[in-house]
Amino acid sequence: MNRPQWHTRNRPSPPILQLVTGALVLSACLAACAPGSSEAAAPEAALANKGSDTMVNLALAWAEAYQRVQPDVRLSVTGGGSGTGIAALINGTVDIANASRAIKDEEREQARANGVEPVEYVVAQDAIAIVVHPDNPVDRLTLPQLSALYRGEIVNWREVGGEDRPVVLLSRETNSGTHVFFLEHVVRLGRSDDKSLFSVETLLMPSSEGISAEVRQNPNAIGYDGLGYVTDDMKTLAIAASDGAPYVLPTIATVTDKSYPIARDLYMYTRGQPAGRVQAYMDWVLGPQAQAIVAELGFVPVR
Amino acid sequence: MPTSLLTLKPQPAPRGRWTEFITEALIRAAGYSAVLFVGLILLFLLREGLPAFAEVQVTDLFSARWYPIEAHFGLLPLISGSLIVTAGAVLIAVPFGLATAIFIAEIAPRWLREFLKPFIEVLGGLPSVVLGFMGMLVLAPWVRETLGTPTGLTAFTGSVLLAGMALPTLVSVAEDALDAVPRSYRDAALALGATPWQTIWRVTLPAARTGVLTATMLGIGRAIGETMTVMMVTGNAARLPDGPAALFLPVRTMTATIAAEMGEVANGSAHYHVLFTIGIALFVISFVVNLAASAVVFQQKKRSERLLS
Repeated sequence: MNRPQWHTRNRPSPPILQLVTGALVLSACLAACAPGSSEAAAPEAALANKGSDTMVNLALAWAEAYQRVQPDVRLSVTGGGSGTGIAALINGTVDIANASRAIKDEEREQARANGVEPVEYVVAQDAIAIVVHPDNPVDRLTLPQLSALYRGEIVNWREVGGEDRPVVLLSRETNSGTHVFFLEHVVRLGRSDDKSLFSVETLLMPSSEGISAEVRQNPNAIGYDGLGYVTDDMKTLAIAASDGAPYVLPTIATVTDKSYPIARDLYMYTRGQPAGRVQAYMDWVLGPQAQAIVAELGFVPVR
Repeated sequence: MPTSLLTLKPQPAPRGRWTEFITEALIRAAGYSAVLFVGLILLFLLREGLPAFAEVQVTDLFSARWYPIEAHFGLLPLISGSLIVTAGAVLIAVPFGLATAIFIAEIAPRWLREFLKPFIEVLGGLPSVVLGFMGMLVLAPWVRETLGTPTGLTAFTGSVLLAGMALPTLVSVAEDALDAVPRSYRDAALALGATPWQTIWRVTLPAARTGVLTATMLGIGRAIGETMTVMMVTGNAARLPDGPAALFLPVRTMTATIAAEMGEVANGSAHYHVLFTIGIALFVISFVVNLAASAVVFQQKKRSERLLS
């Protein structure tokens, strides 16, 4: 797996990106609000795009590339979280909402009450790789084993077929969307009534690099991160969805055919069936140029 | 001294009085501003932090689990984490720093001393993030391999780095204090037949006790407030320590928690207010440390004055 060309996949969007976002919004506003530009006063000159922080870098990269293709369309991209984006879509303040989770039923009902029928597009996928030190003999785990490890029920690698070594759990900080996804789908195995938490012994690393550095040098460690961050000096584990299920390594192919269990879809929602500029943009997003950007940033393309 | 009085040229009266008045006012304002700023910071912390006590049950604040995104706001692991790392740093820095100061002030020849002291002070200018990075990539693997801990990201690793950061201040201040002890004390001790070591340990060091204590307090202050380094090397696991062995296990400090979580927290939420409560706790701890230090210093002064009179 190649490292992403520009290293902008930190989940809490770094300040510089927010600046870029701000600058994009500002330039959109300057174009729309400048009193001199009366000849270009088309009301839908700017497409507003808001939501998931996980996707903000992807959405920004798309917006930048699209502006080279269609210089007359202006895109403003903001983060804030999936829920914020969907709420803005319901209230009609944005044209497209980005979400790293599917829209909830109550949100869909709220939207209908406002006369909006959100239309869903799966625009990319995100695989979460489980990584260990290359010297660790363990090369496969089941999801229940992984859950037991992160709950602190398994504390020695011996219990999952490894050497007699203590397990050191690594996680991203709690403000990371990946942390929350991992909590819900791995630690709690997707059961919404399950209230178990990460083991208190879990090391919360402030950055992806923190996890990588510790996994590279510590044979006791296990960590998780987006597929785009995995380098050759770590070992990626094959994961089985349940006991007896086949073990699968995360690759673009296994994420696409849904055989790799720790992957999620990334969504965009539009207000009703899109038309005009929104439709043109959505078609472009699902086209080859935009999907190539998906792979570049370490996500999994859907086409 | 008459010579210095003679060199003072009389200024034109009105201008001299004005500049004097303005200078005095400025200095006075600067002096009071410190108190004002501390007061304002405390007010701000209280305004943002106190609502936490209404939003979160006090028993919950004193529970053992910190997991803010599911409303577990136990502060005990964070407070104990900060205390462990700081205590470790002091245990390393004070003996080492004191020995260095004694060597520089009492034993080293003049040329070595003039070389060593600026060198140690330069060490204090290292940015903490650089130290943290070195700690993560060099010290942490060493700690894991040498001490056999499960991970190198431990309270001890943080303590070693913090000790390194506190050392320059500690050495510099302690050395100044030792240097200020009058020559006659040492001469008297040596004349009475004391060995150089007895002179240092029984005479010079006790005489400089106030300065040495100030140096220690400055070191503690540096250690407890440091954020970046500890966030990078202590592992940030909010576990409640269960014995002295906890020094060699990961901890989560108060400062690292605020730094890691403040950026993403929703303004005005319970989590936001609890982060400010942690700020209040930090404020109170450093206030108590300083208060204890000045109380001890004050007492010491009175005793030495009594002895000398």
